Amino acid sequence: MIPGLKVLAPGLHTSVQDLGRIGYQAIGVPVSGALDGFGLRLANALTGNPHGMAALEILLSGPTFEIVADSARVALVGTGANLSIRDKQPRMIPPGQSTMLRRGEVFEVVIGAQSAPCYLAVEGGIAVPLVLGSASTYVRARLGGLHGRPLEKQDVVPLAMARASERPELRVPPSLPAAGERPIRVVLGPQQEYFLPEAMTALLSAEFRVSNDYDRMGMRLEGPPLRHRGGWDIISDAIATGSIQVPGSGQPIVLLADHQTTGGYPKIATVVSADFPAIARCRPGDKLRFVAVAAEAAENLCRRAEHRFAELIAAIEPLAEPSAINHAPLFDENLISGVVSGLE
Amino acid sequence: MNVRFLSAGDRALVVEFGDRADRALSERVLSLDAVIRANAPKGLVETVPTFRSLMVYYDPLATGRSELEQAITGLLDRGDNPAARATLWRVPACYEGEYAPDLAEVAQLTRLTPAEVVALHSGTRFHVYMLGFLPGFPYMGDLPEPLALPRRADPRVRVPAGSISIATSLTAIYPYESPGGWHLIGATPIRLFDPECARPALFAPGDAVLFQPIDAASFASIRRAIEDRSYTVESTPLAA
Repeated sequence: MIPGLKVLAPGLHTSVQDLGRIGYQAIGVPVSGALDGFGLRLANALTGNPHGMAALEILLSGPTFEIVADSARVALVGTGANLSIRDKQPRMIPPGQSTMLRRGEVFEVVIGAQSAPCYLAVEGGIAVPLVLGSASTYVRARLGGLHGRPLEKQDVVPLAMARASERPELRVPPSLPAAGERPIRVVLGPQQEYFLPEAMTALLSAEFRVSNDYDRMGMRLEGPPLRHRGGWDIISDAIATGSIQVPGSGQPIVLLADHQTTGGYPKIATVVSADFPAIARCRPGDKLRFVAVAAEAAENLCRRAEHRFAELIAAIEPLAEPSAINHAPLFDENLISGVVSGLE
Repeated sequence: MNVRFLSAGDRALVVEFGDRADRALSERVLSLDAVIRANAPKGLVETVPTFRSLMVYYDPLATGRSELEQAITGLLDRGDNPAARATLWRVPACYEGEYAPDLAEVAQLTRLTPAEVVALHSGTRFHVYMLGFLPGFPYMGDLPEPLALPRRADPRVRVPAGSISIATSLTAIYPYESPGGWHLIGATPIRLFDPECARPALFAPGDAVLFQPIDAASFASIRRAIEDRSYTVESTPLAA
């Protein structure tokens, strides 16, 4: 029998994702992939996988699995989430560390209130075929993942390894409480000239609330209407991930991993890639603000976030060892809080 | 020639040639796309040609906006002719009965007979401006003036895969069942997108498309042939 994770309860939207389907946007195929790429990469690193391997992305409510392999090493990454293991000795495993589970063990991913997506990686990876070079699930065209859809009850998520390797468990050192929320950074445009000056002021000063209209394609925000100068139809052009498009209602939509490759609404600004984890972390009801930065500054933020992430990966240590690293700089970058438990 | 560079965040740069959907701008976009693909600047990730602009995705760990803008400026107007590589496709199209749910309404709105609508649509050689909205979804134009209509006031929740549709100056084919607001005047049995194929999308931007009217019986037999993989869409090099 194929080793796997048997789905006893699928959660709200649990899907196979990697770092996305690169190179096919010109033929209308969205990139897809993890909403929070840092989270996915860290979960893989903790299980000893190449960082871009396919793992499970879990949104808003967690699934329950039974191990149908000799053993499997898993690691969960996501602020405030936990693995609840139902065994003769029930136990809770915090995120940010690997753990080995044996055949027949049942575990639930318990999602906290702090994060929308969590990532569950399994040592050796998930054995689904690549479609156009990626295992990422794109539901609208049924591409990738497990049958091109989110997990369903009774599915078995196929695993590449039937038995976990013999090695110590890994963790990222316990983290400090998250730094205070900071505004989401955006680069203005490419179509800011379609908007009234008041709309630009409102974008950069008002508070927006994440509505319930939220999925992997995008999140609709509620706030003061961002009024267009004239019409709100543009000649359709390409859409970058993080684009904030504004339809006629004036209520902005932040476009996420599964967004269409092209569209016909003006885009007032684009979330900087260093803040994709922060925007991905937002849940319906959360409040957020925006602040503008120049494109060159946004590129530097991206480089710095990568540098900090490399430091985080370098700080991964065997579970038994005490932590002796100062992580305050990581929190200053507002990066670690997106991917590691606060464990207050 | 006036070209604007617009940032779409820190991973994408829009190279914009104008603000209209027309053939001249499309040729410039497709030409630059071909030149950039053939001479990939450092840090290039992928490109997406659209009606009047080219989106250039890049890796900020390998390059930056100013460096990329300079590289692209050096590649502008190289005189590449995208039509030299393009294909003319002859697409079987059934404009009858259940396959054409909006044909009567379109005829009424355009003050034409259904036969005139079909004759105009199947008598025009369309240019594939771009793919978007769904994998393999082609935005094609230009419709003959008398067929230009706004989108439906009441979009459908389910448009069947294969539907041939019109709206504004454009025509399209839905590769997948999806919601949609265009007028459905026919359907094709062919598959527009197959991720198993070496060339997953049948059409490429810059290709030309002619619709060839077929009846419902031919639709069914072509559909069967496609399922047996014994059918190939008729095509010739556009330059021929």
